[in-house]
Formats: sequence, structure tokens, C-alpha cells
Amino acid sequence: MALTRAAIESIAQLARLELNEAEIPVYQDSLSRILDFVGELDRAATNDVTPMAHPLAGLSQRLRADVVTEADAHARYQENAPQVAAGLYLVPKVIE
Amino acid sequence: MSLYKKSLAELATGLREREFSSVELTQHYLSRIDAHAGRLNAFISVAHTAALASAHAADQELAAGRGRALTGVPFAHKDIFCTAGLRTTCGSRMLDNFVSPYDATVVAKLKDAGTVLLGKTNMDEFAMGSSNETSYYGAVKNPWNTKLVPGGSSGGSAAAVAARLVPAATATDTGGSIRQPAALCGVTGLKPTYGRVSRYGMIAFASSLDQGGVIAGSAEDAALMLAVMAGFDPRDSTSVDTPVPDYPALLGKSVAGLRVGIVKEFFDAGLDAQNQRRIEESLALYTKLGATLKEVSLPNLPLSVPTYYVVAPAECSSNLARFDGVRFGHRCKEPRDLQDLYRRSRGEGFGAEVKRRIMIGTYVLSAGYYDAYYLKAQKVRQLIAKDFRDAFAQVDMLMGPTTPTPAFAIGAKMDDPITMYLNDIYTIGANLAGLPAISIPCGFVGELPVGLQLVGPHFSEGAILNAAHAYQRETDWHRRIPQGCA
Repeated sequence: MALTRAAIESIAQLARLELNEAEIPVYQDSLSRILDFVGELDRAATNDVTPMAHPLAGLSQRLRADVVTEADAHARYQENAPQVAAGLYLVPKVIE
Repeated sequence: MSLYKKSLAELATGLREREFSSVELTQHYLSRIDAHAGRLNAFISVAHTAALASAHAADQELAAGRGRALTGVPFAHKDIFCTAGLRTTCGSRMLDNFVSPYDATVVAKLKDAGTVLLGKTNMDEFAMGSSNETSYYGAVKNPWNTKLVPGGSSGGSAAAVAARLVPAATATDTGGSIRQPAALCGVTGLKPTYGRVSRYGMIAFASSLDQGGVIAGSAEDAALMLAVMAGFDPRDSTSVDTPVPDYPALLGKSVAGLRVGIVKEFFDAGLDAQNQRRIEESLALYTKLGATLKEVSLPNLPLSVPTYYVVAPAECSSNLARFDGVRFGHRCKEPRDLQDLYRRSRGEGFGAEVKRRIMIGTYVLSAGYYDAYYLKAQKVRQLIAKDFRDAFAQVDMLMGPTTPTPAFAIGAKMDDPITMYLNDIYTIGANLAGLPAISIPCGFVGELPVGLQLVGPHFSEGAILNAAHAYQRETDWHRRIPQGCA
């Protein structure tokens, strides 16, 4: 399968990735080849097979009670933030 | 005898018997790290001051007679485990400035055990790679030949242990990232059962496959580390609540009567002839020790790499959505609007291979393609897991090569992702089925080490460690030290 330039641009937009001009043909080529490669899966007969939901048979994701277990530590977490003011994360204006 | 030549088990005993102090041992290893840092590039961060402070504290415990199994033992973390106060980069520009506000559970457990953290090891960016060439901090070099790759993604951990810069290091394995670099560097790498070791604070790549483990000099040393790292963690919803055996105490049993399955599909056309010879010699040794060999077939195993390259990118595209330039991590300069902030922060922060996998994952999960790719792969994954179950109905564990070839040249496979992905052809099956597996050094091809892989049923870490230990009592491959590191 050969992915078009437009297809790569659309995937990149879905994934919110800015690509430069040089990257687009490289990903066109490698993603096309990888999709051909994973196309091998069509060889397997899977009509009556249940998709695997968990690597350990019979186990599923554990749930916990919906109660607060963490103390408020937003100041500590925001030490890693690119831009904060008054305890809020700053981003460019969303609504004009 | 120089301290770095001792095993972790010997070092722990020496510390408890006060033959040397933790401060002496820590200084010894820090000077080795400094001496080899430029040559191997195995570390992203080295914690000189904090390490010596931990060593002082450990010496006080030891002096008071309160030394435990690992008190005062130096080691390193793969830079994927969050360490409060010491930056955690995951090998990415995205997290170049990230200092975690909390410790991963594995980090906390090893800290509580009195160990001494020397630093954080280099790795493929977000653990996506099989050669350690995708790291933002540059390629790690193989200590056996610095023109070659150490394997990946835990290449820094494997190279550091091989060069005796640390006696052990943590690592993670999503498709072979513990076992493959362990094989290429001539060290022992254990990937535990999915859910055995907590993933809380271990930066996520593919959540249904990721598992933390250890790279060490021997199975005995790996058992000592696993005994501390393993266990239920309520903070990880995939952690399994089952008791942790005393792994070191399970070693030393005879392997007479052990039923070993030889996986037919592991001995395919891609296996290097000399690699194969080393594997056959190792199997012959197991026979001599009383094990019986039986050929088994896992007919769907050849589909494990294509299955993985749907499931893992799909999960990574979701997990890496959190890196948006807003709350932490890289932010682009002067964003025009929110879309531009997301797109440029991610475009600049992620390297080429990470972007490739995010895009594959985005594609296979997108409307109209989900059934054809993701659902199909999860069904084939079920078939592969069933092949393993059927095999374990006949034998106790499986053995075969860890990798098709010994280490390859830096740069040799970077332009061809599929060739690179096929490095993990023998390791990915265990991840898809959630099984524990270990790679141990089993000889050389020329100057380069070869790895033998042992795969067991769920939660059989004790049995595969014992079988590996039985082999290491009869051989000295795991004691060989690369030239230039002795």
C-alpha cells in the first residue's frame, strides 16, 4: 500500500505532529512499507478468535473505589510546567 | 581482587561483613563511570553527590548491624523510571528538563532496601528502538566493540553492566528491550511476567506489553534484585496480587528431569549459523545436566513481529498523547495558537522513530482501519498466546536464541525500520503472551557475545532463574569482561 502525501499530512494532523518538508516523503515510504509488512496478519485465520484483552488469561483491569487518595500537590507538579500564573497552566488564547 | 570484578551477591556479602564500605564501593564505581563515560555514553545522568550521601547512610545501617540483602549496593536506573529530584528524560528531548515530583514504585522499593543509586542509564527514546541509536543523547557503544550497537532499548543498562560500571541496572522490556541488549552485551537480562513488577512511575510506551525488570551479571544477581523489585502495587492497575517467592532461595536446584522445549520457529532462516552453534552447544550442556529436550512448534510465532507493530504503536500513540507542551515537557517557542503549540511542541520534542510509531498507531486506530489492523492483531495475539499455552502443556520451559545475530554496526540498520524491527523476532512472543523470559550469555561469535533465551509459563521466574543459574555454575561466559574495561 502506498500512502499519499495527503494521507501522511492527515495522520500527522490527527497525531498533532508538525512535520517538515523533508520528513514527509521519508514517512510516506516507511509507513507504506510497515503497513505492507503488518498486512501479513491477513494470512492468519481468526474468524472464531476472541481478541486478547489482557495478557494474563482470566484477569482484567482492577478497579478501585472512587475516593480521593492523593493530597493536593499542584504547586510541586507545576514546577515542570512551561508557563503558569496564579496556579493555572497558560496556553495561547483559544477564543478570540 | 578488584571490586568491580565481584558479583552483586559477593558485594552485598562483603558489605555486610565490612570487608569494604559502601562509600568505598560507590567511589570505586563512580570513578569507573567517569572513566568510561565518554567512550560508551551509557549514562544520561550521574548522581555523584546523592550517591555518596546514600552510601554514607548505608554504612551507618551496616555498622549498626541492620544490613539487609542489598544495603549499600550501588546500581543504576534506566532513565525511564521516575526519580524525584533527579531528572528523568526517557532518552527524549521532550523530557530533557523534566524532574519528576515523585518516585516510581520500583525506585522507592530499591531506595527502601538501602541501595545506592549511581545514575540513570541511556536508552532509545521512549524505549522505542533495538540499537540505542534513537536516544536524544546519542548512541550507546557496545563495550565489546565500540563501533557496534549495544542493542536496545535498555542499551545503556546493558553496556553499563557489561563494562562493570554498575553491578546491576533496572531495565524495561516491551518487545525485547531487556533481553536483546543483554544478549548483545554478554550480560544477564530478566523480563518478568506482565504484572510482576509495578509500572507506576515507569514512563509508559505500550501498556499491555511493558514490564520492568533487571540487567545484571548473573541469574543469581538478577534474583536478588527481583526479590526487591517485584510485588503487588495498588497504584498500578495491571499489577498482579500474588505472593513474591524468595527468588534467591529458589536457586541451586538440579535441572535433572527438566523438560526443555526447543521452539522450531526460533531456528529459522534468519538465525546466524554461528549463533545457532552456540545455542546448540548450550542445549547440549543442559542435556548433560539431566534435562530432556523436545522439539515444539509455535505455528503463529512468525506473525509476532507484525502483530507487535500494530499493538505497540497503537498503544504508544495513545500514551504519548499526554506530551502536549502544556503541563510538562518541551514547549515550542512563540506558539501562534493552541494547534500550533501542540503540533510544534510534539514535532520538535519527539525524534524520528517516536514520530513514526505515533503515526502508525494513529493510522491503525483511525476510523475505518481499527478492525482491519488493531482488532485483527489482538486476535492473532490470542493465537500466539495459545501456542505458548499448548507448548507449556508438554514442557517446563522453552529455550532458543535471544537474537538472530550478534551486535551489528552503529548506523547499519537506521535507514530500514523493518530490518531493525526484525531484531526482536525471538523476543516479542514473550511480551505478546505476558511471559517471563531471561537472556544469559552462552558463548561468543568471534569477539561478540551470544545470548541464550529461556521462556517460562506465567510467574515461573524462580524456575527460569534456577535453570539459568544451573548453566552459569557450569560456564564462565557471564564472567568475561570486555577488553578496555578490565
